[in-house]
Amino acid sequence: MPVLARIFETAGLSTLLVTNMPFWAEKIGVPRTLAVEFPFGHILGQPHDRQQQMRVLRRALEVLEEATVPGTIVHFQERWPIPLEEALKDCHPEMPPPIAAHMGRHIGSFIRGLRRASKQAQKD
Amino acid sequence: MEVDSFKYVSRLVTRYYKLTSVEAELPIPWTPLARPLSQSSFGLVTSGGLYHKDRQPPFDLERERREPTWGDPTFRIIPADIDPVEVGASHFHINTDHVEEDMNILLPVQRFKELAAEGRIQGQADYAYSFMGYQGFPADLTGWRETYGPQVAEKLTAEEVDCVLLTAA
Repeated sequence: MPVLARIFETAGLSTLLVTNMPFWAEKIGVPRTLAVEFPFGHILGQPHDRQQQMRVLRRALEVLEEATVPGTIVHFQERWPIPLEEALKDCHPEMPPPIAAHMGRHIGSFIRGLRRASKQAQKD
Repeated sequence: MEVDSFKYVSRLVTRYYKLTSVEAELPIPWTPLARPLSQSSFGLVTSGGLYHKDRQPPFDLERERREPTWGDPTFRIIPADIDPVEVGASHFHINTDHVEEDMNILLPVQRFKELAAEGRIQGQADYAYSFMGYQGFPADLTGWRETYGPQVAEKLTAEEVDCVLLTAA
């Protein structure tokens, strides 16, 4: 999504990204971002909770109006109303994605790669 | 409160993400608002893997099953006035039950209709767009960058949209 925001903005459109991963918005450089601490798949709120969805959207429109600097990230102040354990269950699929099993088979080399990257990062 | 990007991410993936080196291409693009929002038309774009049931194929999850490090880079066109029961979601990485129950949690076409009715925005384009957020592991964004992102930008521009709201899944 950060990449798409940049493509649309470059095409002459004013964009606003709503995401629960401002980490990537910052790293990749998104023009305007509203960060929400909501679970995956529920970025604007819970199903049929019109008020909650509207609160996020109204804040998003304000950010679009008020941002003056490229790379603006505003943090939405509302917390997800469901306890973390239940929220995790809600946002993750029942069956893990195929990449999970694939990673399971290659976990050794994956961890070695992480360690190498970690050491490199420390050197840098 | 600062949003914790990793609240819903496993420890292993968090570690991987934090070690991924990405350099932002500078400058960050910027298009100032052309006019007040009350006179602006909106395009909506999500990465929730949504599609128009019975009229479009879902995202290619069969290939992803065969090739787990690959993710479908294409997009689907969703009419803004779609009957919500016709919205399907194909995405291996999120629980799609809730978005199929109420598409507005990712693609807020009904909320935007209400925002237009109250005069907060002028309106929304006739069509919204959905991508599927998983672009492989490690992510390969070539399809989005070179082909499908520019195609959607062209469609939004042709619909005379001023602003785009993007919702990550």
